[in-house]
Amino acid sequence: MHVSENRQRTMSNESRDGQQRENKLSTRPLDTEMPMPVSDLKIEYTKIFMNNEWHDSCCGRRIPVYNPATGELLCEVEEGDKEDIDKAVKCARQAFQLGSPWRRMDASERGRLLCKLADLVERDRQILATLEAIDSGKLFLVAYFVDLVGTIKTLRYYGGWADKIQGKTIPVDGEYFTFTRHEPIGVCGQIIPWNFPLLMFAWKIAPALCCGNTVIIKPAEQTPLTALHMASLIKEAGFPPGVVNIVPGYGPTAGHAIAQHMDIDKVAFTGSTDVGKIIKKAAGNSNLKRVTLELGGKNPNIVFADSDLEHAVEQAHHGLFFNQGQCCLAGSRVFVEEPIYDDFVLKSVERAKKRVLGNPLVPGVDQGPQIDKKHFDKILELIESGRREGAKLECGGGAWGQKGFFIQPTVFSDVTDDMRIAKEEIFGPVQQIMKFSSIEEVIRRANNTHYGLAAGVFTNDINKALTISAALQAGTVWVNCYNAMSSQCPFGGFKMSGNGREMGEYGLQEYTEIKTVTIKIPQKNS
Amino acid sequence: MLSGTLPRTLGRTWPSIARVLVCRYSVAAIPTPNRQPDVQFDKLFINNEWHDAVNKKTFPTVNPATGEVICQVAEGDKADVDKAVKAAKDAFQLGSPWRRMDASDRGLLLSHLADRIERDAAYLAELETLDNGKPYAVAYTVDVPMVVKCLRYYAGWADKWEGKTIPVDGDYFCYTRHEPIGVCGQIIPWNFPLLMQAWKLGPALATGNTVVMKVAEQTPLSALYVAHLIKEVGFPPGVVNIIPGLGPIAGAAIASHMDVDKVAFTGSTEVGHLIQQASGTSNLKKVTLELGGKSPNIIMSDADTKVNLEQAHFAVFFNQGQCCCAGSRTYVQESIYNEFVEHSVERAKRRVVGDPFSFNTEQGPQVNEEQFKKILGYISSGKKEGAKLLCGGSVAAERGYFIQPTVFGDVKDNMTIAREEIFGPVMQILKFRTLEEVVERANNTKYGLAAAVFTKDIDKANYISAGLRTGTIWINCYNVFGAQAPFGGYKASGIGRELGQYGLDNYTEVKTVVIKVPQKNS
Repeated sequence: MHVSENRQRTMSNESRDGQQRENKLSTRPLDTEMPMPVSDLKIEYTKIFMNNEWHDSCCGRRIPVYNPATGELLCEVEEGDKEDIDKAVKCARQAFQLGSPWRRMDASERGRLLCKLADLVERDRQILATLEAIDSGKLFLVAYFVDLVGTIKTLRYYGGWADKIQGKTIPVDGEYFTFTRHEPIGVCGQIIPWNFPLLMFAWKIAPALCCGNTVIIKPAEQTPLTALHMASLIKEAGFPPGVVNIVPGYGPTAGHAIAQHMDIDKVAFTGSTDVGKIIKKAAGNSNLKRVTLELGGKNPNIVFADSDLEHAVEQAHHGLFFNQGQCCLAGSRVFVEEPIYDDFVLKSVERAKKRVLGNPLVPGVDQGPQIDKKHFDKILELIESGRREGAKLECGGGAWGQKGFFIQPTVFSDVTDDMRIAKEEIFGPVQQIMKFSSIEEVIRRANNTHYGLAAGVFTNDINKALTISAALQAGTVWVNCYNAMSSQCPFGGFKMSGNGREMGEYGLQEYTEIKTVTIKIPQKNS
Repeated sequence: MLSGTLPRTLGRTWPSIARVLVCRYSVAAIPTPNRQPDVQFDKLFINNEWHDAVNKKTFPTVNPATGEVICQVAEGDKADVDKAVKAAKDAFQLGSPWRRMDASDRGLLLSHLADRIERDAAYLAELETLDNGKPYAVAYTVDVPMVVKCLRYYAGWADKWEGKTIPVDGDYFCYTRHEPIGVCGQIIPWNFPLLMQAWKLGPALATGNTVVMKVAEQTPLSALYVAHLIKEVGFPPGVVNIIPGLGPIAGAAIASHMDVDKVAFTGSTEVGHLIQQASGTSNLKKVTLELGGKSPNIIMSDADTKVNLEQAHFAVFFNQGQCCCAGSRTYVQESIYNEFVEHSVERAKRRVVGDPFSFNTEQGPQVNEEQFKKILGYISSGKKEGAKLLCGGSVAAERGYFIQPTVFGDVKDNMTIAREEIFGPVMQILKFRTLEEVVERANNTKYGLAAAVFTKDIDKANYISAGLRTGTIWINCYNVFGAQAPFGGYKASGIGRELGQYGLDNYTEVKTVVIKVPQKNS
């Protein structure tokens, strides 16, 4: 899950067209100098945000928030639980009443508010990128050039949609006039992960607000800080009280309270497939709320012998290692055609060895720490299973550094489809390279998974490209590129990678109820 | 031509309309105008630079409130149009910055343009009033905000104008690309100079075209200031070129140019004919037209009297009657006819005509002497043909082009004032009996731009809105415009639609791409 701005100068190896991309209008004023993290950042917002006000938690508990690069405690944040969710739902429900300022607002004005929010995010870009880096361990420059740009663009993109969500008039049989209204669903619960805290926040609130819903959003307990800063900007932009409510908390408590709440009309979740199942069950057990899910992946990245090898190696590397490998769309099964297999492995290992680990705030560093100890342990355990099951460890394979949760860039070759590292989502810097010999074979193997989020194919043959892009069971297929995301393109999963789509025009459907209005008329005419 | 925004200050002299129109949101205080704003730009805008006309000619632009010359403006002719077309064509080359730009960045440029116009709203409103004569309070609270909204609206479309992938028969993959048409000639009128500029630029630029725009010779000033802002926000050179000039010269050069791919014109039906002919005799450029109207406004006896009276007044008299969608045939049902006429006359007599910079003024001068005389000619034809002049009917001030608010009763469908577009502050009231009759009479015109019906009866409202042959129908309201809603004419009122998503169609070529695939799968 990330954005196409892997084309930035600061991630120099990534992009061949990166130089032209520097002129991106939205980033131009800030692009002239290398941005630096805010050095003495004070964490201002640590409470629950409801009705445009800051609240202590009902239970009186707090969540400790750590810097994963150092293991140091950054601050404590109010911990929301069921009671806090109830309060937030009341606020959101109130803001959604017929006749409320939010319901009566012109759609174009909703769009303006989202655009204003984008402007404010742009203003606070450095602060937000710094917060994101210290809270999630991702590189400051990546946060600045990828996460922040993606966030700003998402808000602007959906800002533009607000007054373009059009119903239809429908030529029904009989003496009737029929039209549809595209109405907001109501109170939307949104539960977001820790790998792209700010960007996932924008992906969730932007379409929801654009369509006129109200929101209760639970950021991940590991990474609540940027979401709470956004709360202050939401208030500053002028959203009416209760439209957006932000409750930090844990999945099994606050998250669960959202999923099974009787007065929440829709829940959107991004996270693991296991939790996705729990969310859907909770919806079934409660009020049949609408559910959209964006879950895990074990994404095939297929490299044919006729492709540009250097480019494929580079893209496959970033397709896996970007964001410490913590992407649901990571290209974690690299299928390479037999004739170039050895070469590809060799170059991939060379590339992985060049990867610089270190302090995510320092320029020149390619990889920061994993998010937390639990996740760190899980990745190491999967690496161990790879070894045990007979994959060939080409490089890496262990922890790195004295403190923080760093893992060496790891490459496995001779991976077979039945190994755990070929089947389970590792969510870490661990690349699996497999060999294939025919297109039919690779299609079958690539699809032989319960996931279906994304896929890549590298080939210069138009027939192979089109055959693969039709045949793969995945919500996104990239041809000769990887991770090329943008606000305009829908994203989501086939099979157990999710339900529904986010982003693009398709994303609006998930936040809209269609109402059919039929009026008896005296006489119909075409 | 406006939506629900009239200044609070007008509300004092105009209480009932204020209630109707200012219902959505309160209007911020209007800044005191500078009655003599500096004119900063008076040349041709080509390639983001200011040029004299090739032949060095200029023309005077006049303040219609006084008849005095404001300044001289460079007058473009064929040679200047050629230069501008070349600039626009170069800017449209494959590989140019404009063609390679992300659609979202085109949107951002439009959005920045809207921000600058908002920043300079007062100055632009002053220029508009000086050059066009419309009340400053209206220019500031109606024209400029609608310009800003229109540009923002189309800014949002830039990266949402999506092609399709299409399930064709056979082993093929088929998709469409929505591509810009190319160099678009745009010829705009003087009645809403800024707003018509935005209506034209918004969709053309959102979809990635380049533009050669001719602004009306009566009102070139605000458009040239916007040209300056276009450069300021960073549109690449040649994307927008603006040429003040005369219709028969610069306008004709655009319409018949072999390198202009599309022409969009707003103005009279008469000139609309010429534009389409010119396209036919040159390169078959695409043509969209937004032309005249003689729009019926139908008042049923069950309607809310207060609302319909005020709205019917406003429908005709807004903008000095200089609206293509003016409700200039007011059909009133027999049982309320006398009462309606009486109140309409009262209301017209209360209309404050005068200095357009004064906040009390509801009606300024007509745009120029030609229009002024033409309107007076229509008024005398109305009298001659037997309509009953109930108020007004003549000149309203010693200098400038002011005309008294005029109301005719007992108007018959065959009178000139019931058939032709007057484009002035002259209201025609006609009597009808039945629904079927009024639909037939309302449709009995070569025009088909807009119409309205006032009734509380849902069946009547639905019957009329389906039965009238016009591009827009308002029910229990009039002149309600939104950037989101398409606008344009049936019949001789025009071709194509502006605004809304529909407006994008007229600036787009659809390209179908079909690729052979080894094996198709659903």
